[in-house]
Amino acid sequence: MKKVLFVLVIFAMLLASCAPAAAPKQEAPKEEAKPAEVKPTEAPKAAEPKQEAPKEEAKPAEVKPTEAPKAAESVTIRALFMKQAGYQESDIQAMSDEFMKMNPNIKVELDFVTYEALHDKIVTSAAAKAGTYDIVLMDCIWPAEFAAAGFILDVSDKISADMKKDIWPGALESVTYKGKLYGMPWLNDIVYFYYNEDLLKKAGYDKPPKTYTEMTEMAYAAKKKGVVEYPFVETFHQDEGMTISFSYFLLARGGKMFDAEDKPAFNSPEGLETLNWIVKGMKDGLFNPSSTESGYEEVRNTFSQGSSLFSENWAYQLNMANDPKESKIAGNAKIAPLPGEKLPSATINGGMGLAITADSKNPDAAWQYMLYISSKEVQKKYAQNALPIWMSLFDDPDLVKMQPELIPVSKEAYKYLQNRPLIPFYSEATKVISREFQTAVLGKKTPEQALKDAETEILKIREQYKPGGK
Amino acid sequence: MRRRKPYETFLIYMAALLVAIITLAPPIWLFISSISTQQELLNVPVHWIPQEPTFERYIQIAVATGNASAAIFRASMVNSMIIASSVTLLCIGFGSLAAYSFARMKFGGQEPFLYIMLFSYMLPPIMILVPLYTIMRDLKLMDTRLGLIIVYSALIMPFAVWILRGYFQSIPHELEDAARIDGCTRLGALIRVVLPLSAPGLVATGLFCFLASWEEFLLALIFTSSPAAKTIPIAIAEFTGRHAIDYGMMAAGGVVAAIPPILLALVFQRYLISGLMSGAVK
Amino acid sequence: MADVIPQNPVTPSGRRSFFHHLIDSERSLAWMLILPALIIVFGLIIMPILSAFWMSLHTIDLKRPGIGTPFIGLGNYADILSDAYFWASVGRTFYFMIVSIAIELVAGVSIALLLNTDFRGRNILRTLILIPWALPITIDAIMWKWIFNANYGALNSLFLQLGIISKYQAWLSDSLGAMHAVILADVWKVTPLVILLSLAALQTIPADLYEAAMIDGASIWKSFWFITFPLLLPTLMIVLLVRTMDAFKVFDIIYIMTSGGPADGTKVIAYFTYLDAFSYLRLGHGAALAYLMTFFIIIMIIIYIKVLKSREVEY
Repeated sequence: MKKVLFVLVIFAMLLASCAPAAAPKQEAPKEEAKPAEVKPTEAPKAAEPKQEAPKEEAKPAEVKPTEAPKAAESVTIRALFMKQAGYQESDIQAMSDEFMKMNPNIKVELDFVTYEALHDKIVTSAAAKAGTYDIVLMDCIWPAEFAAAGFILDVSDKISADMKKDIWPGALESVTYKGKLYGMPWLNDIVYFYYNEDLLKKAGYDKPPKTYTEMTEMAYAAKKKGVVEYPFVETFHQDEGMTISFSYFLLARGGKMFDAEDKPAFNSPEGLETLNWIVKGMKDGLFNPSSTESGYEEVRNTFSQGSSLFSENWAYQLNMANDPKESKIAGNAKIAPLPGEKLPSATINGGMGLAITADSKNPDAAWQYMLYISSKEVQKKYAQNALPIWMSLFDDPDLVKMQPELIPVSKEAYKYLQNRPLIPFYSEATKVISREFQTAVLGKKTPEQALKDAETEILKIREQYKPGGK
Repeated sequence: MRRRKPYETFLIYMAALLVAIITLAPPIWLFISSISTQQELLNVPVHWIPQEPTFERYIQIAVATGNASAAIFRASMVNSMIIASSVTLLCIGFGSLAAYSFARMKFGGQEPFLYIMLFSYMLPPIMILVPLYTIMRDLKLMDTRLGLIIVYSALIMPFAVWILRGYFQSIPHELEDAARIDGCTRLGALIRVVLPLSAPGLVATGLFCFLASWEEFLLALIFTSSPAAKTIPIAIAEFTGRHAIDYGMMAAGGVVAAIPPILLALVFQRYLISGLMSGAVK
Repeated sequence: MADVIPQNPVTPSGRRSFFHHLIDSERSLAWMLILPALIIVFGLIIMPILSAFWMSLHTIDLKRPGIGTPFIGLGNYADILSDAYFWASVGRTFYFMIVSIAIELVAGVSIALLLNTDFRGRNILRTLILIPWALPITIDAIMWKWIFNANYGALNSLFLQLGIISKYQAWLSDSLGAMHAVILADVWKVTPLVILLSLAALQTIPADLYEAAMIDGASIWKSFWFITFPLLLPTLMIVLLVRTMDAFKVFDIIYIMTSGGPADGTKVIAYFTYLDAFSYLRLGHGAALAYLMTFFIIIMIIIYIKVLKSREVEY
């Protein structure tokens, strides 16, 4: 009996091996995500990729197609995106389909991967000089690293002055390295201040804090009143979260993370004040102890459970915390710009940008595609899921209607957007920072020591990157 | 055998119960999570028995289309099945030949090759990742099932050879010798006598190979990008957004992805014990 | 015996065919049998293995293309061996290895002993323990991460409801907790294998040995220590060997559960290497790390084999 079973299984496996590829091809055409009027009009200019000027003047409903380069053969470009990066995969597929319809000789293939895989895949392909991807999506902290390594192309001359005027300066800065532009900003995001309106009222306040001093005061009051045990939950997870959190606390107090010469500048009175404040907050139970394990998802969960009075998170938390399916505090999650201290406010850029890879075989076609999907019209069409990079769109009444809370707050908050240090060794530096500061938060080192150690180590790393370095 | 005292019986059953609970509780919880609604999933404290069980996630996996993670899941299942089966067949097929040679035949320079093979099993895949990427790209094996099949076989085959070699060594010579006296060639003796006798060892090794291929993560992550070749571990890990992790879907995906290897293990369990017996001990 | 076996079977036509000659020449047959396996194993990866070694002898930092890829001999290796963070990572790897092996051996043998005794439902239990082993490792990691979740995890809920804790804990938020959680996830999956191996070994021990011991008045503990344990030893050594190698390679669980944290708490050597190569883009350095790892493994195996050979027990 066992023999028969054995043979059957082998047979089944053989059969499976011979089975034709049952994988549904990813590029099957999807229905349009939203029915919008897109009237392709004739492109008046010559067939070059460099026609950016007409775009801003176009009325929102029209999309001027960029004509494909003279070459009549079809080219295929491959784009690497992230899963659920603001836009849904179906949105991006729809954008790509629209683009392909207008440019029949350019075929676009899409790959969606997780955030971690995104960096790894870009690096492996570039390191092997494989040119697997023509366009890649980058987190705003990678352009410096990639540009220094020669992975991505300089596109400074492709972005017109008009375009530059209408894009949020912080977003543009994030794709800049040594004064040159290495990509197009595409997704915008910053850290917002969230408060549980209901709990806030119970604590006796009716407006969110404007400074961290106020916030601390409110937190103590809420804790004393027993409104909530841990008023504040943060992302002190040992990765980017810790660095980002420390950064906006520090920046609000007027401190700086790095100076103009790429030297660490956080070992300063403001830095010490910030780290001391965090350590004290943890000890006094102002911060939820799970903060050292928490990334943005965990913060959202804690906040949505009603276990936290305040939290600081990206834009995505707003809708989810107010969704009764996902949250117990639906309707009470409110948003505001991050508190300030010395500065009126300070927040960190968490957006993403697109870049053309250096070993792409079709950089022109890639640029056209990039231009299209980052254009004002397309961004407006899909603004439900991601905020646009164009400042003028924030005054657009249609958009404000779509996101009545988010847009006005964003308009204000974006003024205080600061970028994380745009240095090639950022990934190493941030690991040092997050490790050292987390050690201080866990009480294993004094804040003074942590700041000093982080500074020393980063200076050493920086040594290697000076011209003529090791 | 002396008679067991009643308290000993009690202890034995208690221990057995404990083992059963530790073994089963986590996967059962995984399953329960997969059929709980999002709200119940986020409840504090936990709803051990979901009040509103829903199989919606499984339905989604079965029917979703497009680029959504759920749709890709089905393709990944197929890919993983094909890849794991092929690798298993390759490793058992060629591995047993090589193992037989190492076990039975004397020839110069044999030992070094065995150890060189083992080296391939010992090295961490990270080491060869970047150089391998270039080669895969040049051979047009990127994002293909064949590519993964070859790579996995290269890394798993040594293990199969090692186990099977030990297994063959434990089979008495006399049986083969008898066959050869009757006019069989070496090869014939291998095929007609040794292999059938080694069925348990082959099955046990085959299970190892299947499992190792099925669950491999890092290489699949780097070398695949589309549903053409994406495997199950990658598909499951992709039920995450930039920040949000969909634990419910991961649980559902996890349950579905666990079924084939668990099923295989259960079907062939009898072979496992006897197969492991002689094979593992060098 | 060899002389009795005809070396050259004669085909019906009375002549030895070339094919027969080929496959019956012991040497060439032996090589032919190995060839396909060798080709598969080395065809694709021999170049990368050599290439990686070559890379380890150079400085290859993708973030600084300006300096080229200078040859530095063993410079990377020297750098690594004098790096305190490297040794910390090795230390963590050893901690992982020792604790997980200890648990696996103790639990594995104990449960094998249990499964070796007769009781109703024993076969069912034997079948059930296969489930953790067959569960793919990434699912294992996700499952435990979910169980340990600070806000919604089952462990928190269970302990709270049993009164063991008074409020939800963040199990993965301190270094030691995270390391133990990772160890648990790995041990849970691997112990069934140890159980099966031990069980197989136990079943080869003839019952009369125990009977003889009992007649001599030996206690349960004595009969375990003097009969069972020595005969289990070879199997346990194998487990030790394989699990040592695995500890140096453990990656997937860390990647999914903890990303090396918190505070580097779970940054074991394989993850350390991954970060070096992929996050810091230092390919030469990363290759050297990988080779060092492999050397570590080889050294440990040699030690084990020597010990194994010297303690082989005949009975």
